Formats: sequence, C-alpha cells, structure tokens
Amino acid sequence: MRIDLSKLEFGYDPSSPVLRGIDHVLEDPEFVCIMGPNGVGKSTLVHCMNKILRPTGGAVLIDGEDIGSIRLKTLASRMGYVPNSTEDSFPLTVVDTIMVGLQNDYRFGTRDEDLERVHRVLDLMDIGHLAMRNFDELSAGQHQKVMLARGLVRSPEVVLLDEPTSNLDIRHQIEVTKTLSRLPATEGMMVVMISHDINITAKYADRIILMHDGMIHSVGTPSEVLTRENLRLVYGVDADILEVDGRPHVILKDSVPM
Amino acid sequence: MSGTDPSVMVGEYRSYVLRKILFIAGCLVAMVAVLGYATTIGSSGISAIDVYTNIFYHFVDPSRCDPGVEWAVFTVRLPRIMTGLIAGMSLGVAGAAMQSMMKNPLADPYTTGISSGASFGATLAIVLGFDLAGLGGTAGLIVTAFVFALVPAAVIILVSSLRSTSAATMILSGIAVMYLFNACTTLVKLGASDASLSAVFQWSIGDLSGSTWDSFYTILVFTLVGGTILMAMSKKLNILITGDRNATALGLNAHRLRICLLAVISLMTASVVCFTGIIGFVGLVAPHIVRIFLGSDNRYLIPASALFGALLLMVADLISRVIIAPTFLPVGVITAFIGCPLFLYLLIKQRRSMW
Repeated sequence: MRIDLSKLEFGYDPSSPVLRGIDHVLEDPEFVCIMGPNGVGKSTLVHCMNKILRPTGGAVLIDGEDIGSIRLKTLASRMGYVPNSTEDSFPLTVVDTIMVGLQNDYRFGTRDEDLERVHRVLDLMDIGHLAMRNFDELSAGQHQKVMLARGLVRSPEVVLLDEPTSNLDIRHQIEVTKTLSRLPATEGMMVVMISHDINITAKYADRIILMHDGMIHSVGTPSEVLTRENLRLVYGVDADILEVDGRPHVILKDSVPM
Repeated sequence: MSGTDPSVMVGEYRSYVLRKILFIAGCLVAMVAVLGYATTIGSSGISAIDVYTNIFYHFVDPSRCDPGVEWAVFTVRLPRIMTGLIAGMSLGVAGAAMQSMMKNPLADPYTTGISSGASFGATLAIVLGFDLAGLGGTAGLIVTAFVFALVPAAVIILVSSLRSTSAATMILSGIAVMYLFNACTTLVKLGASDASLSAVFQWSIGDLSGSTWDSFYTILVFTLVGGTILMAMSKKLNILITGDRNATALGLNAHRLRICLLAVISLMTASVVCFTGIIGFVGLVAPHIVRIFLGSDNRYLIPASALFGALLLMVADLISRVIIAPTFLPVGVITAFIGCPLFLYLLIKQRRSMW
C-alpha cells in the first residue's frame, strides 16, 4: 500500500490548526515511528490516515485514490489500528475481543479458521494463557497486548499504532517493539507507530518521522533524525547522542528554554 | 504459550459457546413451562396437560378441542399471557441492544424518552379525547400513544443528524425531551377530571389486563422484524461497544449505525408501550441478568435477553394475577418487586464485573 499525505491539514478550530500542511509518502513495508512532543498532532495524523478524522485541507491518497472516496469497510480490511486507550464498556472474553478485529470475516458463528487466526496473534503477543479470560480482568499492560493482537488479527497491509507500549513495563516494551519491527520482513506489513520512547525507537525503527508544531520537522533513519539539534528544537531537551551497535543512543541531560 | 496447539483453545471456546447455548435452551424450556402453568391459573380448573393438549389440537386438529377448555385458553387467558410473553421479549431485546449501542449499563428501552412521549399521547387521548387516527376509544388511545412515543426518538435522530454525536449526547438529548414531555403531560393533567386522572395513572403503571390477540399480533410483528434486524446487527454491536473510534477503524460508521438501531428499538418499544403502558425494569434488568451468565457478546445476549425478558414478565404477570386474587395488581409493580431483589442478589453474588 502507498499512502500519500499531500498538504494535509486538520483543525477542530480553523484559527488553530493541529496539522499544518503535512507532505509525505509512506510506501515500503517498513517500521516507521512517529515522534514528537505532546499535542504536536501525532494521533491526529494517524486518525486522518484511517478516516477516523476527515482532513480539513489537503488530501490523503491510498494507492492514488482519495481516502474520502474509499469505503470505510474497504479501508478497514487493508488497514489495522491499535488505539492508545481502551473503552470497551461491556467486556468480552479475550478471544471475542480479538475476533471483533476480524469484522469483515466475522460471521454469526465462529469458524475454526477464525479461532486459529486469533490463536496465532495470541501466540505472537505471548498472551495465549489469557484467551478465555474476561477483558476487564486483565492488567493495563495485558489490555494493550490484546489491543495489539486485535489490530494484527486480520493481517492487514498496514497497521497504525497509537502509543501501543505506553502501559507496558520496560521488558514488554522492548519485546513488543521488537515483534512489531519484524512484521515488515515476516508479514510484508507496513507498521506505523506513535512512540515516546526515544531509545527503544532508535534501536528498532527503520525510519522516524519527527513532528513539530503540526508539521514534519525531520524524516529519516534514527541516526539522521535523533540529533542533538533536533531534540533541543523539538523537545526542548539537552542530550548527548552516543552510537551503540550502529544506532543512536540518547542520554538525556536537562530541559532547555524553547 | 508460544507455539501452543490451537486445538486446545478452539476446544475451550467451543465448550464456552455450548454453555451459552444451553442457557438459552434452558430459558426457552422455562418460558414454555411458565406459559403452560400460567394458562392453568383462573376460575375454571384446567390442568397444564389440558392446556398443552388444547394448544396442540388447536393448530393440528381443531375438531378434537374441548370447547370449554378452548374458550378458557384461547379466548380468556392466552391473549394476556402471550402479550406478556411477546412484550417481555421485545423489551428484553430492546434493552440489550440499547445498552450496547449507548455503551451504558443504565440505558433501557425507555432511555430515549419513549415512555414520556407515550404517556403524553395517552394523557391527551384520555383527558382531552385527542385521537390522531380518529378511531375512538382504546384503539384511538393506542395509536396516539404509539405516535407520540416516537416523537422523542425522532427529535434525537434529528439532533444527531445535524452533527455527528456521541452516545452520551443522544442520552442527554433523550433526557431533555423526556423532561419537556413530562411537563406537557403535567400541564394537560392540571385540567383533568378525577376519572381521567385515575385512567392516566392506570395506564402509566403498566398493565396487561386489557390485552387482546390484536395487541399480541401487533407487538409480534414489530418484535419479529425488529428482533431480526437487531440479531443481524449483533456483530456490529460487538464492534460498537469497543468505542466509536475503534469502530470507525474497523470499517463501521458508528453514528449511522446508532441512528438505525435507535429507530428500530424505538418502534419496538413504542409498539409495546402503547398497548401495555409503561412496564419498567424488564428492559433494564433482563439483559443485565443474562450478562452475568453469558457475558456481553451480543450474538447470544440478544436472544437470551428476549427469552429471559419474556420469562420475567410472564412470571411477574402470573404473580400479579394470583397474589391478591381475584383482584389484579399492575404487572409493572410486580416486575420491580421481583426484578429488583433478584438483580441485587446476582450483583452481590457475581465475582466478575460485567460493566
């Protein structure tokens, strides 16, 4: 899938746009991380890419076709999504929660092949032991793994993830990010993830999109994007950048006036 | 459990589904049993066997029916019992769907102000003799109550169509319209006679004593059509409870679906309320009790709530007929008296949270 973001704009209020002319192309199966401070428009950008929000200017093109003319169901069958929070008001079992992600294939009865697909993603997330538990009996970290499994169960061409590791402990953050980073190679999937953890992102991302003030400030490999100057300008922090195994490793020092 | 055998999980899931199906079958058996027993209650002593035999021959070979039993069963008792059954089904299904679509455990079929609209229509008909259909009498009251029951839902749908609104906004719109209709009802009642006030009161507390085969068939049509639509949308309701954003990402237009569901639920509920008055508690509690046993999967919750709602209303009606016989108590009072303690008991007893 090729996603063209062309002069993309979005704003709840015309006088204070959240996104201000984003131009970018996402194409190859790769692990792309979107970074930037709070409120910079990362989630808004992702939501414009899967029609949760309608752009107020510019366009999002999916394989050359304007996203506005693509049916939600068609788009959903090609694009997975993992939200940053859960709002399941009437909890289902973990299996049923993940099965919801099959939507297009989700018949009244449950086929063995559906259950096998669910089993596969449970295995991938290492939460098979939770299969028959009720969703609300799980910890926040386990919730997030179930949400990840739901986003991946349909084996979409692209999966958009909004801070999927924010509730996980450091070990599980590394394991989940590592698993996601392998998907482009193993499944041919494009993985677009919003992340706040600079060093885990630096270690696993193929490419980083660094956002600042509703625009893309910098795009490139972790070494190209995670520079001392960029971190100072975008995040307002002073940092030393080391190189570990050919990847940048950021040592944060202090905040600086912006 | 990396690399585990999927057949273990498939087996566990299949037995989990089987338990749900057994629960639904149990509700169906209990409903048929209560139906038979309830038909035996009355001044002429008819056994449950006589009832079932009569029902069987009524459809298979009417010439073999005992005329006395036939009259007692089909003319006197079954219209009321069957109306209770189908009204309970309708309220149970509508309640389950309403709670899921609004993502709110406090929602019931009357959440959108249907009861206040119907009350206003009934009050207009009883106090002022206002008759939308020009049919006069009870028929005029029923049509007027039905039409006014739909007005609050129409207002909510209109408000929702002006801009994409959340479930909470829809509930709040319903509450606002409900207050308006309640105020209008009070205004009309200010000039009412004692006899009219008594009739309005009788209507508002819910009662099955005036039920006829016509009321049964009318509610049946709405329940069959509405129930089928809601069952067909049960998978979509499972997606809707995961949140609007997620639903959109899964290819569902949450706003449009909610408006469709609201229209279906409103028609189902209006068809019940215009014949029976406001029977509270069934639509709220039946789905919650079912949820405790079956979980929140709407594919099973909706049919089970239909059967459990029917069972609850039939048992309540049975009690209302025998508790101070030969006088009847309004069934709406009994549904609250048996539904509330049962619900509280289950709430305390259950280990896991369902909401």
